[in-house]
Amino acid sequence: MSSTLRIVNGKVYDPANDIDGQVRDVCILDGKIVDSVPEDAPTIDAHGMVVMPGGVDIHCHIAGSKVNLARKFQPEDHRYDPHPGTEYTRSGSGGVVPSTFATGYRYATMGYTTAMEAAVPPLSARHVLEELEDTPIIDKGYYVLMGNNSMLHQLLEKGRMEEFREAVAWWVKATKAYTIKLVNPGADEMWKGKKNANITALDQKIHAFDLTPRKVIKALIDVANDLGLPHPAHIHCNNLGHSGNYETTLETMRTAEGRRVHITHIQFHSYGGEVGKNPVSAARAISDFVNDNPNISADVGQVMFGKSVSMTADAPLAWMLRHVKERKWINADTECESGCGIIPFEYQQHVYTHTLQWAIGLELFLMAKDPWRMVLSTDHPNGGSFLNYPRLIRLLMDRDFRNQEATRVNQKAIGKTSLPDLTREYSMQEIAIVTRAGPARLLGLKNKGHLGVGADADITIYDEMDNKEEMFNAARFVIKDGHLFIKNHEFCADHSGRIFHIAPEYDKSIENEIRSFFDDYYSVQFDNYPVSDTHVHNTEVIANIPVT
Amino acid sequence: MKLTLHTAPEVPLEAEVIGPTSLNGLTEAEVSALTVHHGNRKEALGEFFTVTGKMNGRLELEGDLSFVKLLGKGMSGGQMIIDGNVSGHLGVGMSGGRIVVNGNAQDWVGEDMKGGSIIIKGNAGHMVGCVVRGAEVGMQGGEIIVHGNCKNEAGGGLRRGLIAIGGNSGDFTGLNMLAGSIFVLGEMGIRTGAGMKRGSIVSMKPAQMLPTFSYSCTYQPIFLRFYLNYLRELGLVIDDAWLTGSYQRWCGDSIELNKGEILLYHS
Repeated sequence: MSSTLRIVNGKVYDPANDIDGQVRDVCILDGKIVDSVPEDAPTIDAHGMVVMPGGVDIHCHIAGSKVNLARKFQPEDHRYDPHPGTEYTRSGSGGVVPSTFATGYRYATMGYTTAMEAAVPPLSARHVLEELEDTPIIDKGYYVLMGNNSMLHQLLEKGRMEEFREAVAWWVKATKAYTIKLVNPGADEMWKGKKNANITALDQKIHAFDLTPRKVIKALIDVANDLGLPHPAHIHCNNLGHSGNYETTLETMRTAEGRRVHITHIQFHSYGGEVGKNPVSAARAISDFVNDNPNISADVGQVMFGKSVSMTADAPLAWMLRHVKERKWINADTECESGCGIIPFEYQQHVYTHTLQWAIGLELFLMAKDPWRMVLSTDHPNGGSFLNYPRLIRLLMDRDFRNQEATRVNQKAIGKTSLPDLTREYSMQEIAIVTRAGPARLLGLKNKGHLGVGADADITIYDEMDNKEEMFNAARFVIKDGHLFIKNHEFCADHSGRIFHIAPEYDKSIENEIRSFFDDYYSVQFDNYPVSDTHVHNTEVIANIPVT
Repeated sequence: MKLTLHTAPEVPLEAEVIGPTSLNGLTEAEVSALTVHHGNRKEALGEFFTVTGKMNGRLELEGDLSFVKLLGKGMSGGQMIIDGNVSGHLGVGMSGGRIVVNGNAQDWVGEDMKGGSIIIKGNAGHMVGCVVRGAEVGMQGGEIIVHGNCKNEAGGGLRRGLIAIGGNSGDFTGLNMLAGSIFVLGEMGIRTGAGMKRGSIVSMKPAQMLPTFSYSCTYQPIFLRFYLNYLRELGLVIDDAWLTGSYQRWCGDSIELNKGEILLYHS
């Protein structure tokens, strides 16, 4: 049965196709955008409304073992935020780390239709895929952690680059991941090997290996480029949160030597000052470098005041944050693959560091010359819940609101930034870039983030309002794959999205070598490790891009 | 206004709408039409209760409410008099007013309470005035008076306020408490005050102390007379000897701040 829909009279913002607020029709046939539909097709009148592609979140933590741990050890957070079911949708619990169902529905309510879980150790692949399958409405995928993998470290140490590439390809394919993620490369190994040790410089030796973080970073950036992954290596740099870390971040970006790389939650990596002392803003240096180097892309990782949960594969970072409040926390080790730390946290306006983080994030947004490469995220839930996006959008679009908010925060910290001098206001088109078109392009999702013919019919329709926070808080209509499921702010249907993953080719002979490593070091049998095709449903393989 | 239970619920009834604050200004018909959760179904309050009278700040409930949960949730004033037993979560998060139960209450009486008072004439269950699971700060004000016994974890995470138990308490009385006062006129179970930072736990019977508590002295604390006289006014049975007697003072918990105290009546 074919389904058609025509959206008329709406102001369309589709930056990928250079449509900037023109009133025009959008036509949908069988889940795709088409040129035209028959006259008698059902119609949505979007008069006085804004039509955009569905939102795309390039970096969030919404599923998997660490997210589930964060849910389990914060019952107090869910308590006052139940998410009741409706006739069409299932119930769940909210808070900073909502349950799977609530996550899908709440993203959808804001007009987001795609979200990428950003850090999963390969061993948790099954868990994350099962949870993603239970996250309704949105399309999703996940990034697999490769930066602290013992077997890969061994291959790299011996300079066996061919085998290294094959092993990475095997790992990504076996776990049905979307791209390679690096988190504080080399540091989990340090952390496990020596009490409370961390990486502080890119050329430092990684504990037991004759290897440096720089080599690991370079090798994985190269592999991602050589394999033609649709989204390049996704890097959480070393030294997150430490004063003076912007130099590490710059070094990491230089290590790419002109090849594609994505630096994630870059705000957390843009601090000047001396180690151990209060940080200052280094947003200008970072922003200039990103502006000048088109091979680099980033998401901001904005900090928003209020409750958050620090959840990371960066175990030494968790140890540092644990000392801020000395309350409950989790630290974990994932065999030969990664580490993990979870700490409930709160960003407060009167605290110097928190204000500085907030201001640096905004500086990075406002200094970005190319919004296609500096996209929106809060590193949910690390910088704050994804439910803060509408407020963040208002901070970017409304200078008066931003200045007013800046009077409520720590003035000493604000004085150390250039935020008061930045007068830029994001246009609606630029918001459409940083929340939709940009992330989709960076992810290599050709059918997302735009409304051109052939694109997936993921469409959001907002009431046009002066208060952008209210406007983006709740979309009036949301359409996913051509199905209308939010009508006049109410759910009128349910939907399950797809799971995107990649499947790079690799030389089968590498399996024997990995098998023997598994026999020696893993708690899991090699044959039980890869996720079979029948284990997850509703998946879509995104093709590699041609290698240049 | 009076609510009389005419049909006993078969499964727990979540009736957080029943309370002097939430029913204020409503007519009989409006109250009967309010929604309560009977298991996983939504039902009208009138399906279970007969509503009579006008609301004037005083709400009476009658019947065996041992399957009715969350009564008086978030109330900020007025009185609620309950003739009969009630289920758990009585007066959750209340900030003012007074609840009197002429019967027994089950678990979680006054969890997250911020003010007001709850008086249980019979026994109470576990977690009287206790912090909710996962949080650190529990009851932040008000008072809970239980004439009978209570079970485990009374006053867990207590931050401010008074909890008085006329009879015995279970294990872990004052677990992780931050401040405030707990009186147990009868015997306490084991591991009293485990993890407490500050605050006072007073008992009139000998108790087994954790090894992380240290004996400090035996003395006659004058302030206790004020408390005990106040509890006597509230109807608890106070022996005259307690007013002037000596008390052993134990300090703890030394795995935490070590600024809490446990006072045990000596002679």
